[in-house]
Amino acid sequence: MKITLGTVTHPGGSRVNKTGSWRTASKPRFNHQACVACDVCALVCPEGCIFGTGQNTYYANEDYCKGCGICAEVCPVHDIEMIPEAGEDG
Amino acid sequence: MMKEIRVHARAGQGAITTATILANAAFEDGKYALSFPTFGAARMGAPMNAFVRIGDAPIRVRSQIYKPDYVLVQDPSLLRGFDVVAGLKPDGLAVINSTRKPSELGLKTQARVLTTPAARIAKEIMGRADRVNTALIGAFIAATGELTMEAIEKAIYTRFSGKAAESNWKALVAAYDEVKNRENGL
Amino acid sequence: MVKGRMLQGARAMAEMCALCRPKVISAYPITPQTLIVEELSQIVADGDLEAEFINVEGEHSAASVVLGAAAVGVRVFTCSSSQGLLLMSEVIFNIAGMRLPVVMICVNRSVSAPLNIWNDQQDSIIMRDSGWIQLYAENNQETCDLLLQAHKIAEDHRVMLPAMVCCDGYVLPHAYEIVDLPSQAEVDAFLPSYDPIYKLDIDNPTTMGAFADPEKYMETRYMIQETMKKSLSVIEEVARDFGSSFGRSSYGLFEKYRVDDASTVVVALGSMAGTIKDVVDELRDQGEKVGILRLICYRPFPKEALYEALSAAENIVIMEKDISLGGSGAVATDMRAVFYGREACPRISGFILGLGGRDITVDDIKTTISKAQHQVADADFVGLKEDLELEGING
Repeated sequence: MKITLGTVTHPGGSRVNKTGSWRTASKPRFNHQACVACDVCALVCPEGCIFGTGQNTYYANEDYCKGCGICAEVCPVHDIEMIPEAGEDG
Repeated sequence: MMKEIRVHARAGQGAITTATILANAAFEDGKYALSFPTFGAARMGAPMNAFVRIGDAPIRVRSQIYKPDYVLVQDPSLLRGFDVVAGLKPDGLAVINSTRKPSELGLKTQARVLTTPAARIAKEIMGRADRVNTALIGAFIAATGELTMEAIEKAIYTRFSGKAAESNWKALVAAYDEVKNRENGL
Repeated sequence: MVKGRMLQGARAMAEMCALCRPKVISAYPITPQTLIVEELSQIVADGDLEAEFINVEGEHSAASVVLGAAAVGVRVFTCSSSQGLLLMSEVIFNIAGMRLPVVMICVNRSVSAPLNIWNDQQDSIIMRDSGWIQLYAENNQETCDLLLQAHKIAEDHRVMLPAMVCCDGYVLPHAYEIVDLPSQAEVDAFLPSYDPIYKLDIDNPTTMGAFADPEKYMETRYMIQETMKKSLSVIEEVARDFGSSFGRSSYGLFEKYRVDDASTVVVALGSMAGTIKDVVDELRDQGEKVGILRLICYRPFPKEALYEALSAAENIVIMEKDISLGGSGAVATDMRAVFYGREACPRISGFILGLGGRDITVDDIKTTISKAQHQVADADFVGLKEDLELEGING
């Protein structure tokens, strides 16, 4: 890591900073059963780490997902649920 | 060799101009010069000083002038309450805007004292008795020859322009001539 | 005929500033800096300098404007004094931390309260810890010469730090003396156009002076500290370049006047050094081995060069126009640190003179030198009025 004169930083710093390490209790699970591709989960995600191209295709990049749960909260068809970090069995 | 001049005046009477003209003239004469004022409470009428140092080498000393070679007093009312000749060198000279005789002023100095009717000259030529500074310079040059009239003329025309330059130059020459005439017993 | 023109100091400084071709100027008038700002705004308004003169509502904004403009990648200039510089102080530290080569003239004036508009050097001395290079001028010629050099030093890619040229308020900008200013062509040949390393650019976005957590902040201070040390040689190099370009000596870190065989050496900054030089000559004529080292570069503090220059002296007499209240004079403190634990250990005395415009006379200087030859002084006030009753002290 380089510290530049005047701590000048270039765009894209948030890509280097993998906020997935901040997740503590839970992460979203996209059930891919009732999804209507409204895109709201992707819009509200504070990390911008939810992607999808049509019904039942959405997923969160876990390298950056902080587990905040907003996507699950806003999903109009309740197709996203927060599950314990260690997995369903844990 | 450095000569030090201290100007006594009240703020608004053009003492900074006096000092600047003298410094400029010295420069025109090929000498080094430094002029600067004291800064009091910046209000008209407050007693103040301006200082000039003239020398053959660059001027380094920046303190006020305590042992002047010459003292110029623009306002005779300063003689009440101020020791304008304080520190004046015994072989020095005080030039005072006054119509009285030097002996009547009661100045405590061994130095020569010269009075010049600068206010009267200024009134006659410029219509204003408070514009005494250029007349005072004329008397000073006549008495000391410290600077050439050519250099002073250039300095006057650098500082002033148009009618102001002409009338100031005229007042300066009138005061110069007045001293010279007295010296020559005219 | 003496070379140059008879100019008021402020006019000379404004003309020199314009010759350096800043693209953005922002300053807020404050006595005794006002004359310089008036002259500069006139020069810009007359179309004689292609620059934006940005009027602001105060010094914090003036400093912020030049910070922003420098960040965009242009040469900038500002100017202040006393309370104005203090109001700027938050931004002053940011400018250094962001490594922006801003150049300013500090017209030195005392700090309130009580209100006092006259000269001492307390204002810029307060800023010594900010990461700005500080250069102190003896006269108007040197203020102009240092202003030109300051741009070159600050913008050098080995440096990239802001620089403050300090001149004594009233004593210099309000005085008329002979100043020889270079031509535009000469200045252009000496000072290339500013080539920023980083700049704010919408096509290539960057963030400047961003957040640094405890894992990184300390390194940013270390970087400035190390750069400050390296900039000593750049300052000397630029002074040498200046000398060969303009045929007028520029002394770099400090000027030694009759120091080499002196047993007593006065150390001082700024215009009082001129008066001290005259005293040195007078004392030399009487057979006293006295000299003066006039410190030009106070930050970075040239520790090694000072050790070399002063290690043969028996007495070092620091005369300064500032005080760290409750401590000592700033320069005296730094000077003592130069000699601590070293082989040479001259006697070092510190004196405080000329605060708030108190005239520094030839007699003051003589008395001080003679006092320092008999005892070690620490922050001794010279020229106090003995007839005054001071409540809580002697009354």
